[in-house]
Formats: sequence, structure tokens, C-alpha cells
Amino acid sequence: MTPPSSQGRLSTLQAALVVARRDFHAVLFSRSFLAFLIGPLFMLAVSALASSVGQQVEQTAGRPRLGVLMAPADTAAMTGAARRIDRDLAGMLPDLVPVAPPARDPASPQTVLVAQHGAIDALLTGTPERPVLTGASGLVESLEGPVRLIAGAAREPSPRALPPVTLAPVTVPAGLDKVGRMRTAQLGQTVLFLLTMLLAGMVLSNLVEEKANKIIEILAAAVPMDAVFLGKLFAMLAVSFVGIAVWGIAAGSVLVIGGHSLADLPAPAVGWPLFLLLGVVYFAMAYLLLGAVFLTIGSMASTVREVQTLSMPVTMLQLLVFFFATYAVGAPHSWSARAAEVLPFSSPFTMLARAAMEPGLTPHLLALGWQGLWVALFVRFGAQLFRRRVMKSGPAGGGNGKPRAGLARLFGRT
Amino acid sequence: MKMDLGNWQAAGNAPDSHGAAPASGPAPGRALAIEARGLVKRFDGFTAVDGVDLSVPEGAIYGVLGPNGAGKTTTLRMLLGIIDPDAGVRRILGAERPHDVAHAIGYLPEERGLYPAMKAHEAIAFVGALRGLPRAEGQRRGRRLLEEHGLGYAADRQIRQMSKGMAQQVQILACLVHEPRLVIFDEPFSGLDALNQGKLEKMMRGLAERGTTVIFSTHVIAHAERLCDQIAIIAGGKVPFAGPVDLARDRIRPQVRLETRAAEGPWRTALPAAARHDRKLDGSSFFYFPLPDSGIEPLLRALIQGEAGILSLSIERAGLHDAFVAIAGEAAARALEANPQEEQGR
Repeated sequence: MTPPSSQGRLSTLQAALVVARRDFHAVLFSRSFLAFLIGPLFMLAVSALASSVGQQVEQTAGRPRLGVLMAPADTAAMTGAARRIDRDLAGMLPDLVPVAPPARDPASPQTVLVAQHGAIDALLTGTPERPVLTGASGLVESLEGPVRLIAGAAREPSPRALPPVTLAPVTVPAGLDKVGRMRTAQLGQTVLFLLTMLLAGMVLSNLVEEKANKIIEILAAAVPMDAVFLGKLFAMLAVSFVGIAVWGIAAGSVLVIGGHSLADLPAPAVGWPLFLLLGVVYFAMAYLLLGAVFLTIGSMASTVREVQTLSMPVTMLQLLVFFFATYAVGAPHSWSARAAEVLPFSSPFTMLARAAMEPGLTPHLLALGWQGLWVALFVRFGAQLFRRRVMKSGPAGGGNGKPRAGLARLFGRT
Repeated sequence: MKMDLGNWQAAGNAPDSHGAAPASGPAPGRALAIEARGLVKRFDGFTAVDGVDLSVPEGAIYGVLGPNGAGKTTTLRMLLGIIDPDAGVRRILGAERPHDVAHAIGYLPEERGLYPAMKAHEAIAFVGALRGLPRAEGQRRGRRLLEEHGLGYAADRQIRQMSKGMAQQVQILACLVHEPRLVIFDEPFSGLDALNQGKLEKMMRGLAERGTTVIFSTHVIAHAERLCDQIAIIAGGKVPFAGPVDLARDRIRPQVRLETRAAEGPWRTALPAAARHDRKLDGSSFFYFPLPDSGIEPLLRALIQGEAGILSLSIERAGLHDAFVAIAGEAAARALEANPQEEQGR
């Protein structure tokens, strides 16, 4: 008599969930997860580095736009002086934008600033002898020097003294503080990038460990390789969401204890709730894309050394992609920004930055659809390659441990 | 080498140690648990498996016998769907895609592996879950199996805290937890001490008695000889023989062992020219030679009439080892014997 089996065949998704559940539990209670949780400390260091890289960008393509609301002659003198000086200072000055007086009098500079939403970052009123600078706190201080230079040059070609500038810092509504938004964008990109790299690295070591423990053959015999591939990706994604939740709660607690709220931070153009939601979704996209690549690499490597050799070029490329996306932040609407938005690997980073810089949901829906398509392609292709390469005859997947052999497998040569 | 079912049946028991290979075939009326035709697998230009045919009847204990590197593991991996063949077809429990019947298959790989941080009963449940067994049921069965096999005390012990042998026993239980219809063991006896090898043999017999098909690879002839209804001999990626164990033995002639008082005489002409002759200190002689085509009776008559002084005469049926040498060749046999574990098992 043949005993009946007491259960049915698992679907690929069910099998993936079995694998994911195991990996999720194993990672959550491992030391590497602790390292993952303290990872944000390292993020600060890289964030500082990325900020310095982006500083130049911020000063050129992203320089603030200063509205000028003065008498027509004074406005002409100021803009003319700015043009003359700018030749020598090569982009160190803000862009001066003449602003038409409001139709209804009287209007405070702050009202004009709000009315010119998106067109200017600060407003210059008064006269060249006594200019008044109105704008977000921090921004007006940074513009004081350039404005004095321009005002001095507007009064006489070779000024012997520069006029004082009256600073009028005001609370700028969310979405108006361009510099702050840029910082939010860069911070968002950096956090996204580091999280992605950290997780992709973890999924890779997890797979190599499994190959070393010879468990991969048990998995491969029981469930389709696609399910193993998906399960591992999903598990790490779930792990990262736990991490994000922990950090979110920790950061929120710090803010609340310190008597602050998100409103005190430079607000992204789409608003905090949507920005955070987009951050999570773009993170998932970036991770799935990179994770699929790393898992495929892991399937071809049989030793840690081989993994390092194979993953290094991908890591370098990803760094380049990240810096490309950072550069694109400072050049909105340029061809490079468009390219960064379209390129699958840089798209999540660039689009998150865009969410910080510009309002509007439609571009994000389009981008998510586009990225989703690439995720599906990469996961499918990665799973196929994974299936072909991960199991070969002989010990440890047939790997001989030599980096050259690993590279040969990567490119399908013998 | 491909084997044809019809040719094998027609060939019957004809002894032919190096001739055309017979095909494996099920006993009439028995359904096949595994049917493979012309399986080929190449790795980076090297042909690991070259046209393997297998027919494993349901409920049989089937051995895949061959030296290391012969292609046993690759063949089993193709049958399980771990890797796809470059050519050929396979049908496992009636399914063309092995993963479609994964819930009815148990597998013990040659290279044992479990998650080191998992507890024994969890490890068993996890393997069961991969085969579709609900987790809670898997844990319950895991504890029960461990208890039944004398490992109940280690149910909550992590795999990393176990000896290699214990972990291997846990893995064997794990591949049975979902009560599969087909169990595939790749070198199941390696790493087990003699006591546990005996236990495993008993377990395999028990599985077959309950109707489960057991297929295992081994390079230890003694295990195959003791356990198997049928075997496939695999060497160099080919299968020169597949069929009942008795049929393999019958591929070489029985050996005659004759002891005589006299060493010489006219009776010597009745012995084959190639008979091996050893002389003992007391003057008696030993002769070893294959049983002549004409049978034992004419030989006996000649010995008696020639007054050879027969002290003893026995006809010994060939063992599976001799059959293996005859079928797979001396080189394969030497490769088989090169592994010290074989000596342990014999």
C-alpha cells in the first residue's frame, strides 16, 4: 500500500513565504541584525560626505532666487550690479528676480513671498542704501553678504563701504524653503542608499552562509528556486521594515522628548506623510532591484572571497549611481535629472529627492510603475540565473573558490 | 548508455560481463515511481551524466551503485528537479516536473546541512513545511519522530550543539516527517557508525514494507547487496547495468572451488585451462575456476574416474562485488574500493 501524503503541493508564493518566514526569524534574532540597527550611525558619516559633494551643486545650479521689490530704478540698478559682479564671482551670488508690486496695497514682504511661491526663495525690499531682506531663517543670514555686495555696487561702481542689510527672518510655509528642501532630499537619498546597500549585503551573506551550510540543496529539492529567491528577498525586506519602524519610533521619541516635531525640520514639497510613504515604497523598489542583483551574484559564488570579488564592481557602480542621483538633485529639470529619474537603479533615489523638492504625485505614480516593471524583470531574470547557477554537481555548488572561476560563471564562460 | 526494456527481458540471465547493457524494468504489474530515459547533464563541457535510463518500481528499495564522481548525485539531482537535464525525460510519481510532487518526496542530500541555530524539532518541522506540512503539525511530528528514534532528549537542542552523527539522524527524520511516497537518499550511510547504519537499514526496510519507494546511492556494495531489490550500476556517467540484484550476480558465472588429494592426473584435462591452482603444505591442491558451460556433472564424472581424490567441492554464486567488477570494469571497482568507508561497510 502506498501511504498517501498528508498535504498538497505548495504554490511558489506559499513556498516563498516558508523560506521568508525562516529567514526573517533567523535574521531578527541574529547579531547581524543588531549591526543593522546601529547602521544609521555610519549613515551620518556618509551623509556628511554626500552633503559636501552636493554643496557645490547647491551653490551653482541650485542657487537661491532672490526676488527684488524696489522702485523700478533701484530694481534695475540692483539687477545690473548683480550681473556685473557675478562675472567675477562665478555663481556665488543669488539669482535676482524682479518682482512686480502686488495689485492691492499694502502687502507685507512675507505676503509677497508666499504669493510668489516656488518662484523666489527670499525677497529684497527697501532701497540700495537700506535694503531689507525677508526670507526663511538661515537663508537670509547666508544671503546677507552677497546682498551687501550687490547693494554697494548698485550705489556706485567701486564702493568704498557696503550698506547694512536689515534681515527680516520669517517662518516660511512648507515647500518654500528651497535650501532646506534640498537638504531633506539629500538626507532622504543617503538614508535610502545606505539602507539598500546594508540590506543587499545582508541578503548576500545570508545566501553564502546557506551554501556553506549545504542547506541550499534541501531548499532546491523541495521548492522551486524562484520561491527561494523571492523568499530571501521578502524576508530581508520585512527585516528592513522592522528596522525602519524601530528607527522611526526612536527618532520620534527623541523629537518628542526634545519638544520638537517634524514641522521644525525643512518640510519636503509633498509634505511629510506622503514623503515618508514614498520613502518606504522607493526603498522597497531600490532594495528589490539591488537585492535581486546581489542574490544572483551570491548564487554564483561559493566562498566569501568569491562573493567579495563579484560584488565589488556592483557596489562601486551603485555608488556611482548614488552620486549621480545626488548630482541630479542640484540640477532639477536638466537632462541629467531626467536620466537619473529614468535609469532603474538611480530612479528611486532621484524620485525621492524630487518628492522633497517638488509637489505633485503623478510623476511618482509613473515612476513607481516604471520601477515596478524593472523590479519584475530583474527578479525574474535573477531567479532564472540563480536557478541555473546555484546548484551544480559536486561539493559546494561546484565552485572552485577561485575568483576567476566565479567571474567566468558570471559571464557564462568556461 | 541507453537501455531498452525489451532487449533486457529478451536477454534473460545470459551471462555477459562486458556485452550490451540490459535495461532496467519493473516487475510486471508494478507501477513506476521513477522513470527516466536518456538523461544527460553537462557541466562546463564535461559530461557528468551520459544517457542514463532508470525504472524504479513503486515500493522497491533501489540502489544506485558507483564510485565517487560516477554521476550518482547528478542523476539524483536531476530526478529531484534540483537541476534540469540537458537531454532526456524524467517522470517522478507520474509527474514530469518533480516539484509538482515535491510534497510526496523526501530527500537526504549527500552533503548534510541544517540551520545550525535551529532546534532539532524545528529543523524537522521546517523541512516538512517546505514540503507543504503545516508548521504546527510538523513540530508535533518532529517531536514524536525524535522520541521514537531515541532522540527525544535532544528535541530542543540546537543543531550546532549536536554531534555530526546526531545531526545526520535528525536530517534523516526531517526528510520523512511529511510521510513521503518516495524517499531519495544520497549516500545515506556515510558519516554513520555501524550501529546507526544498521538502524538506517532497518528503517529503509520498514519504509518499503509500508509501500514507500526508497532509492539510495551508495559506493558501499554491502549495503546495496543487503537492502536492494534492484540496482543501477553507474560508472563514468553511464549505466552499464540496471535491474534486479540477482540478475547482476548472474552476469558472471558461479565459481567452482575444488580441493583434491592429487595434484596431477588425466582428470586435469577436465578443468578449464585458466583454473587457478594453489598447493597446500600437506600436498593437497586447491583449484578455482568458473563453472564450465557444460555444468558440474561432466566435471565430477571426470574427477571421479581420474581418481583425483576429491576432498571438497563447492559452487559459489558470484557476489555483487564480483558482479560490479565484471559489469563496470576493474577501474570502476578500484575507484569504488579506494574509499575507506567501503571497507568499513563490507
